[in-house]
Amino acid sequence: MSCLFRALVPVAVALGAAHAAAATTITVATFPDLDRAAKAALPRWHAAHPDVDVKIVSLQYADHHTAMTTALATGSGLPDVMAIDFKFIGKFAGSGGFEDLNKPPYNAGALRPQFVGYTFAQATNAAGELAALPADIGPGTLLYRADLIAKAGLTEADLTRSWDSFIAAGAKLKAATGADLLADSADIVDIVLRSNLPPGEGIYFDRGGKVLVDGPRFVHAFELGRAAHKAGIAAGATIWTNEWVAGFRNNRIAGAMMGAWLAGHLKNWLAPDTAGKWRSAPLPAGATASYGGSFYAIPKRAAHKPEAWEFVRFMTADKQTQLASLRTLDTFPALLAAQQDPVMDEPMPFLGGQKARELWRDIAAKVPAIPVDKYDSMATDVVRAEYQNVITQGKDIHAALADAKSLIEHRARR
Amino acid sequence: MDTMLTTDAARPPSAAMPARASASRARWRKRARKLAPYAFIAPFFVLFAVFGLFPLMFSVWLSLHQWDAASGLAAMHWVGLENYKYAITDPWFSKSLLTTLWFAVASGVPQHLVALPLAFLIHMTLKRSRNFVVGAYFVPYVTSSVAIALIFTTLFSKDFGIINALLPGPPIDWLGDAFWAKPAIAFVVFWRYLGWNVVLYLSALQVIPGDLYEAATLDGASRWQQFRHIALPLLKPMMFFAITLTLIGNLQLFEEPFILIPPDSGVATSVMTTAMFMYRMAFADGDFGTASAVSWLLFFIIAALTYGNARLFGKEGGGDVAR
Repeated sequence: MSCLFRALVPVAVALGAAHAAAATTITVATFPDLDRAAKAALPRWHAAHPDVDVKIVSLQYADHHTAMTTALATGSGLPDVMAIDFKFIGKFAGSGGFEDLNKPPYNAGALRPQFVGYTFAQATNAAGELAALPADIGPGTLLYRADLIAKAGLTEADLTRSWDSFIAAGAKLKAATGADLLADSADIVDIVLRSNLPPGEGIYFDRGGKVLVDGPRFVHAFELGRAAHKAGIAAGATIWTNEWVAGFRNNRIAGAMMGAWLAGHLKNWLAPDTAGKWRSAPLPAGATASYGGSFYAIPKRAAHKPEAWEFVRFMTADKQTQLASLRTLDTFPALLAAQQDPVMDEPMPFLGGQKARELWRDIAAKVPAIPVDKYDSMATDVVRAEYQNVITQGKDIHAALADAKSLIEHRARR
Repeated sequence: MDTMLTTDAARPPSAAMPARASASRARWRKRARKLAPYAFIAPFFVLFAVFGLFPLMFSVWLSLHQWDAASGLAAMHWVGLENYKYAITDPWFSKSLLTTLWFAVASGVPQHLVALPLAFLIHMTLKRSRNFVVGAYFVPYVTSSVAIALIFTTLFSKDFGIINALLPGPPIDWLGDAFWAKPAIAFVVFWRYLGWNVVLYLSALQVIPGDLYEAATLDGASRWQQFRHIALPLLKPMMFFAITLTLIGNLQLFEEPFILIPPDSGVATSVMTTAMFMYRMAFADGDFGTASAVSWLLFFIIAALTYGNARLFGKEGGGDVAR
């Protein structure tokens, strides 16, 4: 009894102190599902930092990034810590509106070896400033329905050997089961564009800002996408739409090439009924790609920078927090120490007991560091629109890429 | 009692106070009386200045600058008219203008072709149920666009939509196929604003004197002839007004395509109106200067077309603009 009492006293004191001495409150702006990771980490944060309260402001994905753009523009309403999705990291890091974490007092360069290599390249802008630390990453993987593949008499090797064999397997699968191997033929284009980049080359721009869009990588990607479209192996469902969700639920979409986080989405809400039927494989033709991820940054105008930096490190460089995020969200940690935890070797019931995290760890280690550009999202839109012209209007691939290149050069003139 | 009543206000000021003080007081009162009306209407002007005038002027200023919003206000720098030149030479700008015009015609013309006879029919045939019917047609106009988006994405769904279920043949990918997405959106716009035009025309029909129809009936005019030769000519002023509103509204079209087509979808650029292009420039590409320039270009185009409409329609239709 007295032993228990003695154990409880410090807890009670700590709790009391948290209420009495919460002198500082830092604001963390984030978005779902990522906000759940921060919420889950709060009890441990309060135990370690009783004097710093954390206010989590969570908006929907698109609203959050629009609100943060406006806040950066006007310099008002900025949080102390800002969560940034991979899609926006290039644009935000390039804005110069954030603390350079390479500089003192942060000296985040020292943390670099603790993280997956390519994440620091993603968060570094052209001026060499490190704008954010990575929280989670998306090693690119091929998720497929093992039951449907087996029904069509196919094996995993048929899917991954080469892109041609992938497309041929898709046609066989469609004939045998009626299911599509892909949601959208543009998914192949996305993966091939991200694959096997020479060092120093970005997806759309090289280090010097030269537009690479009419290069052989793009021609190859468009050709494969068109071949997949012609083979009829894509359902034509846009990501995050009702059709896309229903496709997974009704066994009509049997595969997806995306970040490993998609397995978490499938398990948690997309298609929980298909548990045990999915497997994860490396991307076809030995491709390695990264697909998504999230970051935490400190705006230059943040009011409580020391506390904010403490929180950023707590969310990214703390093994316990990273593992807790993995358990709550099924995200994949960017912190190497977390990747060495035994939880990584646990079989995953949703993937039929496969130890998929080991595979994802291998993939993450192989993904090259691709430099990002602040015009990446604009270039993505332009290339996607031209790909659509190839698919729907039969536009010549070289003509489409030449048009895309000139438009991107026009837009990125500054 | 008597002295109590004789307060400052009641008696002439000069009687109680030194002449100077009372004179300044009278002057102050006069001024206060003059200023009072301005104080009373000030709330509107203050709000208008903050939320109307300032943004307007700021967007003119912005359109002459290059500004990546994420870099903060200090990052603005003067480029003059370069943003305008840049916007005009962007192939997506001209493409979005064509798309906008296509939507304006494809959703605007049917709106009026249907609303006119429909309003006439409601006016001539319905008595007791009129308010209910008009209300029913008006409901889409006041419905939130999010609700409309939810309902129509469900109706237009390729695999589960009721529209494909009713149509024979292979399922049509209404919102995912560039060929079908434009008519599908034009239909939603048509559906949404039909009731508004019916109400406009109905209100104009109600002021046409009934004896005109009676006289025509006595002369043996059919209902079609009454519509064609009585209602239609007398509706011209309202047609001018309604078409002007449709023109302006349709050229600014944003909501319907924006909420029905996901931005990541491949058809997103083929349904991109100029207003959407502007939004994309600002919030996706972070180029607020060019976005402002696009908005002013769009304004000039709308102004020119409205002026053209007034010239064309205004003389006969009773529009005041170009008389």
